[in-house]
Amino acid sequence: MKDIKVLGPGCKRCQTTQEMVEAAAKDLGLDVTVEKVTDYAEMAKYGIASTPGIVIDGKVVHAGGLPKGEDLKRWLQA
Amino acid sequence: MNTLPASLSQARKSQTAWFIGIAIFVLVWFTTYNQLLPFAQYLVGKLPIQPGSHLASSVEFFFYDTPKVLMLLTLVVFAMGVVRTFFSPEHTRALLAGKREGLGNIAAAHLGIVTPFCSCSAVPLFVGFVSAGVPLGVTFSFLIAAPMINEVALGLLFALVGWKVALTYLVFGLGVAIISGWMIGRLHLESWLEPWVREVRAGTVELEDEHLTWVDRFEAGWEAVKEIVGKVWYWIIAGIAAGAFIHGYVPAELLSRIMGADAWWSVPAAVLIGIPMYSNAAGIIPVVEALLSKGAALGTVLAFMMSVIALSLPEMIILRKVLSVRLISVFVGVVGLGILAVGFLFNALFS
Repeated sequence: MKDIKVLGPGCKRCQTTQEMVEAAAKDLGLDVTVEKVTDYAEMAKYGIASTPGIVIDGKVVHAGGLPKGEDLKRWLQA
Repeated sequence: MNTLPASLSQARKSQTAWFIGIAIFVLVWFTTYNQLLPFAQYLVGKLPIQPGSHLASSVEFFFYDTPKVLMLLTLVVFAMGVVRTFFSPEHTRALLAGKREGLGNIAAAHLGIVTPFCSCSAVPLFVGFVSAGVPLGVTFSFLIAAPMINEVALGLLFALVGWKVALTYLVFGLGVAIISGWMIGRLHLESWLEPWVREVRAGTVELEDEHLTWVDRFEAGWEAVKEIVGKVWYWIIAGIAAGAFIHGYVPAELLSRIMGADAWWSVPAAVLIGIPMYSNAAGIIPVVEALLSKGAALGTVLAFMMSVIALSLPEMIILRKVLSVRLISVFVGVVGLGILAVGFLFNALFS
């Protein structure tokens, strides 16, 4: 069970990123929980300066802009 | 196990394809671009409009400028999209953290031009910078430069109005960002931040290298074109329509009386009118082009343009989450004064 957090204030891109994460996990048949983090202080604690950010099991794997589909799958399988 | 070599050769092939594609595109681009004016004149000639009339002048401006601006925009946005793949906000922050004021302000203003960041990232970026030890004034230099020196505006000014005006805009935009940030830093207003911002301590983040190939960078450029051109084309059409109206109907004499160098009050008026106006930078350039050609003073027009794109109400509302109202007022005041100074200086120098 992977714990995934999508960091972002809730703009269009953050929404899309969350959908991409969910779709990629489904494709890989992984059991995941996806949580949205919209609190700015929480985001800063993860050390990112641009959104959307992706955190998998406590580790920041991506910050700023939409992730690439293949990267997403690689991170999820790691 | 031939997947790795196979995918490598495929990557190389598509890189070659990209280079050839870009070469062909540039060739077609320049050929078409040189035909735009005759084509616009031909079109106007076909319409039942009296040649030499106000309407003919307006319509020709519109037919000529619309394809011209859209073509230029595509080129500029693509190039900038590629350049931006070399920068990221996290990287910029690492460069700026712990920098002294002064030098830090200068670096921040320059990085503000090339670092990609969207307006919904303004707050995370601000908090991320301040909590990682980037001085407040240096953060402001970045935050002022990022919208003020807009690469789209810069590219279009260069192409439509000339390199002198473009360079002027670049140098003075940087100047305002550097000096305003430095002044805000000198005032030591850290206590005017929202309390939670002061308390947050940034975690350190070690993002893996994204190993971007040239194909990735070109693709990023193309994504930028689709996104930005797709989003701003109606702003541009609106801007060109306004420009066309000014071009055809507003008498030069009237305009130079209101916006000319002799009317000292026109600069503060231009700044004030610009604050609530929120236009995309790309939409304002055709208006600038038309105003300048009708004898408006350069300083007044630049002040108006900077005010429209650097001081926007929506951005202030977003920033209210991290800044107190007092700090926002200082921000608007300092930047507004900087723009005012640029306007007056130019009108004095170039009249």
